[in-house]
Amino acid sequence: MKLSELKPGQSASVVSVNSADLSVKILEMGILPGKKILVRHRSFFGDPLAIEIQGSVIALRKSEAELIEVHLS
Amino acid sequence: MNNTENSWRIVLTGNPNCGKSSIFNLLTGLNQKISNHPGTTIEKKTGSFKLSDGRNCVVTDLPGTYSLYPKSEDEAVASEYLLNIKHSNTIDLVVFVADSSNLERNLLLFTQIADLGHPMLLVLNMADIAQSKGISIDAEKLSEETGVLICTTNALNNKGISKLKEIIAKPAFAFQRTYFSIPENVMPFVSNVQHMQKEFTPYRAFVCAWHPKSLTSLGFNPESLPIEIVKQKSKLTESDTLKRYESINQILSTVQKNSGIIKNITHKIDQVMLHPIYGYLLFLGILFLVFQSVFFLAEFPMNWIENGVVFANNFLTTLLPESIFTSILTEGVMAGLSGVLVFVPQIMILFFFLGIMEETGYMSRVSYITDKLMRQFGLNGKSVIPLISGMACAIPSIMAARNIENQRERLITILVTPLMSCSARLPVYNLLVSFLVEPNHTTGIFNTKGLLMMSMYLLGTIGALLFALLFKFILKKKEKSIFIMELPDYKLPRWKSVLLNTLSKGNDFLFSAGKVIVLVSIILWFMKSFGPSDRFEKIEAKYTSIKQTDSITAIINREKLEASYAGIMGKFLEPAIAPMGFDWKIGISLVTSFAAREVFVGTMATIYSVPNEDDSRKIRERMQNEIHPITGKKLYNIPVVLSLMVFYTFAMQCISTFAVVKKETGGLKWPVIQLLYMTFAAYLCSTFVYQILS
Repeated sequence: MKLSELKPGQSASVVSVNSADLSVKILEMGILPGKKILVRHRSFFGDPLAIEIQGSVIALRKSEAELIEVHLS
Repeated sequence: MNNTENSWRIVLTGNPNCGKSSIFNLLTGLNQKISNHPGTTIEKKTGSFKLSDGRNCVVTDLPGTYSLYPKSEDEAVASEYLLNIKHSNTIDLVVFVADSSNLERNLLLFTQIADLGHPMLLVLNMADIAQSKGISIDAEKLSEETGVLICTTNALNNKGISKLKEIIAKPAFAFQRTYFSIPENVMPFVSNVQHMQKEFTPYRAFVCAWHPKSLTSLGFNPESLPIEIVKQKSKLTESDTLKRYESINQILSTVQKNSGIIKNITHKIDQVMLHPIYGYLLFLGILFLVFQSVFFLAEFPMNWIENGVVFANNFLTTLLPESIFTSILTEGVMAGLSGVLVFVPQIMILFFFLGIMEETGYMSRVSYITDKLMRQFGLNGKSVIPLISGMACAIPSIMAARNIENQRERLITILVTPLMSCSARLPVYNLLVSFLVEPNHTTGIFNTKGLLMMSMYLLGTIGALLFALLFKFILKKKEKSIFIMELPDYKLPRWKSVLLNTLSKGNDFLFSAGKVIVLVSIILWFMKSFGPSDRFEKIEAKYTSIKQTDSITAIINREKLEASYAGIMGKFLEPAIAPMGFDWKIGISLVTSFAAREVFVGTMATIYSVPNEDDSRKIRERMQNEIHPITGKKLYNIPVVLSLMVFYTFAMQCISTFAVVKKETGGLKWPVIQLLYMTFAAYLCSTFVYQILS
């Protein structure tokens, strides 16, 4: 499933980042395959969302979260 | 700066939010400046301090970046500086500041810079925060593994700074670890670059492919890179990034321990701050409080300054012999300067609060909660930081728009930021609002003056959003918009850093605005003191037979001003500005404040300062009593004052903003468009206000 489908409080592990132009940006922010991810907050209509990974909180848009494939844990 | 030849030149770099600016402030204190590096467009923040061995150390603070593959302009500035094609900068040491609580991600950039071949020093900042998150780092082991010296510093107190100064002076280790393995298919390009720049490491040559400016200065055409690179650009960066993370994890597995015990209040605070409803209410509440306190707290020092200037002026007038020089000094320079001096407290208080919002990490929350709204206006959550800082000054704010990745959103942000009421508008509003209400008047529990000022800020903000919307429809969308940003942990501000920042901003402002104002005041004094041919003599001749009383002197002075060059200029403009309710005296001020709006107050002061008068009444009172010669009513009545305030809200009137927009957009096109649309909006809105009300 996609990261964008998670509700606040749900956690998952990253499987892959599927984007031609944005994957490096996402990797640079520390969102790496195998890492545990926790959705902290979601704004109006779930966009943007704030996730916690490796102790850091990263904000990103729903459209960007759709690029991140995760596995519910 | 003396003996810069022998200076030790260091560069501060790291991820955004790693506490780099704090360290810069603590290292250099007040010895800092933002300067234009000749020949490039880089805006560097530099400062200096003395090393323990007496050498001068020059520090350059680069914008924070996550990697050497830039996605935005500020990241490009940082990485081009580090690539350092043709040695335009001297880099003796790169001081890499890392957030200890997220070493894995921070070390990514660290390994990239190490591969450029620069001698490095690693600062493990925010060690106290990492500790509270249950992370312990074996700094000695990390130092062995990476081959660089390490210094540990805290986020909250200044612990570690003096140690850092010591380590900076030490020579780096002879052997520094490298992390890069060159992919086969890019070898030809790498050796090609290395052929031109002999001392370049393979990685430094490789990274050049991501930097059009560096390529151009190497003589490459950025458009005609080898096909194997162009086709695989994102693949190459992706695999490079993943390989680096592998090496980092291998190092960290022996160096870092995570007990998993997290004592972190950030999440709890964010439950409220990022809440879909309370979040916005709190944001508005915080802004409201900031502005109320700006006006309330500044009232006292402003009174002292105002009284001090009156005192100094009287003192100078009695002390100095009557001469043209004395007149220039008291009626020109002093009158003009008092205009800037008086609002320095407000500016500093505003910068102080903005500094706190930035340092605590709240500013990025504002980006988060406003992103969705901003998108509707063709902006980005990241536009909020330039827009809010625009309330202090548009110039650094326009540069702050560099971190917006999407070019269209960045351009719109740049175009509308000057509509946010900056601190230079404060003295203008301040003077004008004083015609409308008594200083201590209250509405409910709030200060009426403060409320009126707030509505001017609101007007500017609404204007900025509406024009953003307009530009959204005019400008074509070219690339995808992105919003991925870190929300750093909340932390208490380092007070020393905030205070230093506030002081240096106040300082910058006073000197840059002061220079313009002194110059304009002197020119204006000449223009109002002299007129063409014998006009002045004629006026004096007309009244010689009449007994000289105070009221006659006032009439003579009025007629002289009208006959002076300044008066002629104002009269010439009068028909054009009459629809806004302005007279020729305001016309003079509009002309002089074309280059810098705050000159308005100084100009008014110069126009309304009367020679040879013992009366120490303040300029404000004199203006208040000004009577319209025809209607016999007060000139500064409600419609005129409101119209003027609206004019100053929308008009561009800042030559420095023009210059910075030209630089940031790389040409004259956008600043000219900005000047035109803003002036047009100002004229239209003022006319509307005046015609409706009068």
